[in-house]
Amino acid sequence: MPPSSTRDDTVHSEAFLSSLMRRQLRLSIACAAAFLVALLGLPLANYFAPDLMATRVGGFTLTWLILGVLFFPYVWLISGYFIKRSLQLEADEAREVASK
Amino acid sequence: MNLSLAFLNGVDPWIFGFSFVTVAITVWLGFRSAKSSKTAGDFFVAGRSVSVGWNASAISGEYLSAASFMGIAGMVMAVGYDALWYPVCYACGYLFLLLFIAGPLRRFGAYTIPDFAEGRYDSPVFRKIAVVFVMFIGLFYTLPQMKGAGTTLAYIFPGLPYWVGVALVGAVITLNVALGGMKGITLVQAMQYWMKMFAISVPVFVLMAVFGGYGKNLNANNPTLADAMNPVAIEQSAEVIRQPLPDKAPKDHDWVSPFGRLTTKAAKAAGLSEAESRPLSLVYTYSLIIALVCGTAGLPHILVRFYTNPDGVAAKRTTMWVMILIGIFYVFPPFLGVLGRNFLPELYAATGAKGTDKIVLELPSIIRQHYGVWGSILSGIACAGAFAAFMSTFSGLLVSMTGALAHDVYGRMLKPDATPEQRMRMFKLAAILVGGVCVLMGSQVEQLQINFMVGQAFAIAAASYFPLLFMSVWWRGMTMKGAATGMLGGGLAALACTTIINLSDLKIIEMKSFWVSHPVVRILCEQPAIWCVPLSIGLMIVVSKATSKDVPKDIRMKMLVLHAPEALGLKNEYIKEHHVGVGH
Repeated sequence: MPPSSTRDDTVHSEAFLSSLMRRQLRLSIACAAAFLVALLGLPLANYFAPDLMATRVGGFTLTWLILGVLFFPYVWLISGYFIKRSLQLEADEAREVASK
Repeated sequence: MNLSLAFLNGVDPWIFGFSFVTVAITVWLGFRSAKSSKTAGDFFVAGRSVSVGWNASAISGEYLSAASFMGIAGMVMAVGYDALWYPVCYACGYLFLLLFIAGPLRRFGAYTIPDFAEGRYDSPVFRKIAVVFVMFIGLFYTLPQMKGAGTTLAYIFPGLPYWVGVALVGAVITLNVALGGMKGITLVQAMQYWMKMFAISVPVFVLMAVFGGYGKNLNANNPTLADAMNPVAIEQSAEVIRQPLPDKAPKDHDWVSPFGRLTTKAAKAAGLSEAESRPLSLVYTYSLIIALVCGTAGLPHILVRFYTNPDGVAAKRTTMWVMILIGIFYVFPPFLGVLGRNFLPELYAATGAKGTDKIVLELPSIIRQHYGVWGSILSGIACAGAFAAFMSTFSGLLVSMTGALAHDVYGRMLKPDATPEQRMRMFKLAAILVGGVCVLMGSQVEQLQINFMVGQAFAIAAASYFPLLFMSVWWRGMTMKGAATGMLGGGLAALACTTIINLSDLKIIEMKSFWVSHPVVRILCEQPAIWCVPLSIGLMIVVSKATSKDVPKDIRMKMLVLHAPEALGLKNEYIKEHHVGVGH
């Protein structure tokens, strides 16, 4: 399909670019926040609640269990969600332009 | 007794056999694929058409270096909980790469970070500046691989000096890269991921069956169960009967709790009380996290792989698979570290190539007393995995560094009109040159921990390439001068700090008394990311604001190419308008 001129104007407009970047950045920041709260919160938990974090769970200390094992599936969840949403986002963006 | 003596004097045939087969297969695959890779394009990004599964395995294979395979277990054994930040952040750094950088960079379509730097700012000068860090980060990342090689060979051949192992492995890989290039590497590295996975998980499962699970072994290091007066009671109540710890080993409480050996070292050396040292440990921990998470996104040899995917969707899927593949892997090494503490504590007393960094290799052999030759076979498998680890990472780094020299320095700066044959010859020459430098430097670092050195490479990447990529992708106001100032300011500061730390730890310069009187400086030098990353980003913002008239004129088009879905086909449009710009 040869690009029509209205399509071209839409794509090259300031409004399209800023909405594009804003939507992508919002998604990325939301996912990063979910991840950073856990990653940066754990040292704080170790610092302020050492006894709680030293509780033994199946032989592990709680903090060892979180950091050494549970952290990995948590990150998979975040990245799975991000990939699904960002592919949707791209499809939406492409459709929006095509409908112009 | 006889068995153990024979082992000390000579070479275990099983261990030697497995290692030899690994090397032989790697070299054979390299030579085989050399026949099918002809053009310079093949060498640099493998013709840009590698499937998701292959590419994810290859990225993981390249990423799981000697630090992951040997270093983490060694460091967990040596310092305990504090070392757990390494595997977690090595894996999670990928998330940052995925969230902020992978997609846009892929859409922009440049071969390497220097390509991106040039294209984004229309500045060949900036390419020359940017390429410098490929070399710095690459060299720092190579040193621990060399230590891994030296340590493994010293384990297989107990009489061999450390440096011979470094030289031998370095020569083999350099030859392989010079002849095969990256196309060979994709195949080899994908295979090597699975080899490493096999080599770490099989010994873990066998040892688990013999000595009990992860939790149970960790519970053997339980200070609340411990009655310091009565060591027998500890061992009975914990069910796992561990070997007595030598004096040099950290105490249970230090080892199993956060803010232990690693993060309090500087404060302890300065004689601070526990209350005084705890805030410093927190700073250390955060700085380490920043270095590792941001650093992953700035590793030159990892980013280049995103261009080998057919499109952006595939690039994202690849990252997801990489995270799963490496995440599973990273559960195993800390467990081996725990087992090492319980069953091979004599390694605490040794240093260098004979110290805790070889725990992954030696641990499987302790089942020899129960199952005879199977202990040797298992140890041989572990050695094969170690070979896969340092060989694959070193190859990848060598390709990146050689690419930087041959493609950027020679092909673009020194002789832009070089013929393809001249470029190919230059690639081979550069590979040999860089390989030689790596071997020379690698032979000097026996006393440094593998994992620690990799952390330093990450800190440099975090303070140089990460801010460059992150800010260039998301902020329109960046100018070339801002980007260059920030990258150089942060990156060189991190480089200087880590170099000073290494020189003083290797006792080449004498700074011990200075560190003792300045523990905070020591921590900020040892883990510089907490101030170097903000420094770099801050410089970028300030200088870009001051030079805002230099923002590239077609910045909106550039941003569109970075962010608009590939389905819109903007890249072709951009390249048509822009004959000189990005890539080829």
